[in-house]
Amino acid sequence: MITLCRSTSLRSLLLPALLATLALVGTGCKKATRVAQGNKDQIFHYGNGGEPSDLDPQNVQGVPEHHIIKALFEGLVTMHPKDLSAQPGVAERWEVSPDGKTFTFTLRANARWSDGQPVTADDFVQSYERILNPKFAAPYAENLYLMVGAEEYNKGKLTDFTQVGVKAPEKRKLQITLRAPAPFFIGMLRHYSWFPVPMGTVTKFGKKYDKGNPWTRPENIVSNGPFTLKEWKPNDKIVVQKNPRYWDENSVQLKEIHFYPIDSTDTEELAFRAGELHATNKVPASKTDAYKQAGTTLRIEPYYGVYYYRVNMDPQKGSNPALKKAEVRRALALSIDREAIVKNVLRGGELAAWSFVPPGPGGYQTRDKLKYDPEGARKLLADAGYPGGKGVPKISILINTAEDHKAVAEAVQAMWKKELGIEVEINNQEWKVYLAAQNNMDYMVSRSGWIADYPDPNSFLGIHTTGNGNNNTGFASPKFDKLVVDSWSAGASGKRTGMLQEAEGLLLADMPVVPIYFYTRRYLIQSSVKGWFANMLDDHPWKYIYLDPAAPPDRLPVLGTAR
Amino acid sequence: MLKFIASRLVQTVGVVWLVATLTFVLVRFAPGSPFDQERNVSPEIKANMEKRYGLDQPVWKQYVNYFGPLIAHGDFGPSFKYSNRTVTEIIGDALPISFEMGFWALLVALTLGVGAGVLASLRRNTALDWLPMSLSLVGISVPIFVVGPLLIVTFSIHLGWFNVNGWNEPADRVLPSLTLGFYYAAYFARLTRGGMLEVLSQDFIRTARAKGASEGRVVLRHALRGGVLPVVSFLGPALAGIVTGSFTIETIFHIPGLGRYFIQAALNRDYTLVMGTVILFASLIGLLNLLADVLLAWLNPRVKLD
Repeated sequence: MITLCRSTSLRSLLLPALLATLALVGTGCKKATRVAQGNKDQIFHYGNGGEPSDLDPQNVQGVPEHHIIKALFEGLVTMHPKDLSAQPGVAERWEVSPDGKTFTFTLRANARWSDGQPVTADDFVQSYERILNPKFAAPYAENLYLMVGAEEYNKGKLTDFTQVGVKAPEKRKLQITLRAPAPFFIGMLRHYSWFPVPMGTVTKFGKKYDKGNPWTRPENIVSNGPFTLKEWKPNDKIVVQKNPRYWDENSVQLKEIHFYPIDSTDTEELAFRAGELHATNKVPASKTDAYKQAGTTLRIEPYYGVYYYRVNMDPQKGSNPALKKAEVRRALALSIDREAIVKNVLRGGELAAWSFVPPGPGGYQTRDKLKYDPEGARKLLADAGYPGGKGVPKISILINTAEDHKAVAEAVQAMWKKELGIEVEINNQEWKVYLAAQNNMDYMVSRSGWIADYPDPNSFLGIHTTGNGNNNTGFASPKFDKLVVDSWSAGASGKRTGMLQEAEGLLLADMPVVPIYFYTRRYLIQSSVKGWFANMLDDHPWKYIYLDPAAPPDRLPVLGTAR
Repeated sequence: MLKFIASRLVQTVGVVWLVATLTFVLVRFAPGSPFDQERNVSPEIKANMEKRYGLDQPVWKQYVNYFGPLIAHGDFGPSFKYSNRTVTEIIGDALPISFEMGFWALLVALTLGVGAGVLASLRRNTALDWLPMSLSLVGISVPIFVVGPLLIVTFSIHLGWFNVNGWNEPADRVLPSLTLGFYYAAYFARLTRGGMLEVLSQDFIRTARAKGASEGRVVLRHALRGGVLPVVSFLGPALAGIVTGSFTIETIFHIPGLGRYFIQAALNRDYTLVMGTVILFASLIGLLNLLADVLLAWLNPRVKLD
């Protein structure tokens, strides 16, 4: 290795000396930036946050993976980049049965895999069998539980897959039968857990249910999305290129997308400033003001997600007896001045959360909103038998190590102490330790966040049903469960909205979760990027994006001039 | 000599095995599993995943299952996090990059460090002594995560000469190697100066000068050999540090080396990748220290290896 590199790298060692001389003479010359070159060649450079664990749509669960997978694969429907409405994808149209439970999708004749094979209904059936098979242990299998028999099959209670609600009556007809006529089903299909995988390729390079299957490597992979995988250099970059066999090939304008798994936001920001990235994943909080003043590249957009505190109310577990009383939990919620937190602590344009479901698509509005009412909170606390906070054992707030979480926890700590007289300590843990504590319900109050998978309030309320993997508070209300499940059958009507409002009302009355703020997405983007629209899910379908070489250069903060 | 090397190798194997066993036990008892995610999965799915990777077995059985294939055919197993790649592949991809960066950094460190140290010792208590020694104090004191971004801001952003990140073009090697090299150069400079001053005051140097040897010959031929001994004894740990401890550099410059995997593996509870990197680093540290000892004996006849 060393001999190979010697000739080139010796040169690179001479470079600094040479360049230093150049600098003294004062004739430093700038080369064209990657971004400027990319604008000409339609090559998009994207800061993608982290290294994907895999590119198999059925074997991942993260956001960086999502960005790449939605370039490589396509599901039955896609999303409109502005309003998130369902757009035909592999399915050119679909019909719904009168009871709203059976969807029949007609696949387009020209939907093909990148090896030229047509995408068939059977591909979907086989893919759904794989993701639900307990042997494969797919992390996102739960997303498909809306299908008849899917949950039973995944949990091993049903072994005959023909009884699961997905059929391929014809090569281009796919029939999916649901447990209930959930109006959010079509919206769910945007998620990669519903994408097809090329089973022929999967079985060619390994065993069907083997997670170590190398079919997703650049030399093996076959995909059906607007792009194909060209290069995957782990921890360095992933390159996808335009797929000439994609059915909507004419709409795709980018030639390549380069994904950089840069996990340090500071490194990412420097790369952006040097013109190496068209868009970043995040912005360091310390640089936000400088970018705000400089002008053109900072975006702060509402995000369909909520930052909240879980309260352990399980009568069996949890070490704080006071938290088992609904009055105490409600008093904690009412005594948090959320406006002060978003304005003075976070300062990133976040919205104070007076409900659990963020305002969002479909115009859903929470009926029984929380308010800031320290007086009412004190009264509730007294009613619960703790006047002036006397007798409430010290409450511990579990957070994972991060500046923002600490700052919010300190603000809440001060508010609970001042308004309620309750002693609070902050328990700061490393990420996995924190997750384990939360999942084992070994906490009193725990910082949490939830981002929707699909544009519907159900994505927020569904997780609080009894025994849900993401409930983790001990909240178990048969009435709530029934409202959520019944709302699936209520169609997209005012009746359904009423049921969801009632369910959220139950949640806020019992307060196993204390909402604090609604997330925003903060990132940097060059103004040469076109076709990229703000939306609640932070989902920017690649096929609509293009680069404008004639865009005026962006104004960036210059070191020493940021005030 | 051979006996010494053989016995040290046996010791190294023992130490590595001990470290590996301890690590194996520690990671399994650390809270949190590879499958704890922010989006929690249902207990059934989690149980399936644990079964898939054999984590439902008792620890002693997991130990046998891990070390069996490792000893039999050097198989480090699949990564838990990067599921379509094996630990052997990950190390195979990343180690050469870490080695290459280490090589250039060491070259920078030795050239600058030893050069500055020799110069300082010869021009004691003059500007040529104070300047490099003050600089080396700065080099030791200012952390890498300050020097790195400063170099980036100057040379990449203002002057536009280098890429901010990546490891693709030959020029991408310059800033990371300089950043890492400066840090060790500072140590080497101080060690060399100290060593040289000690040697230069000894009788055999006076004898050499009395015999009329040129100053260059005195310094390079007679003094340097003894003067760099402290550097050589520091070389073992420094080499190991340069190769394994480059996490900060790799993060700042976005380099796909092994240091990032090492840290990420621990944070992800990627059991097999933690084991693979720990075994590798333990072996490297053992071997590099052995190498430094052998080199020391070769340079200094007073050191006997037995």
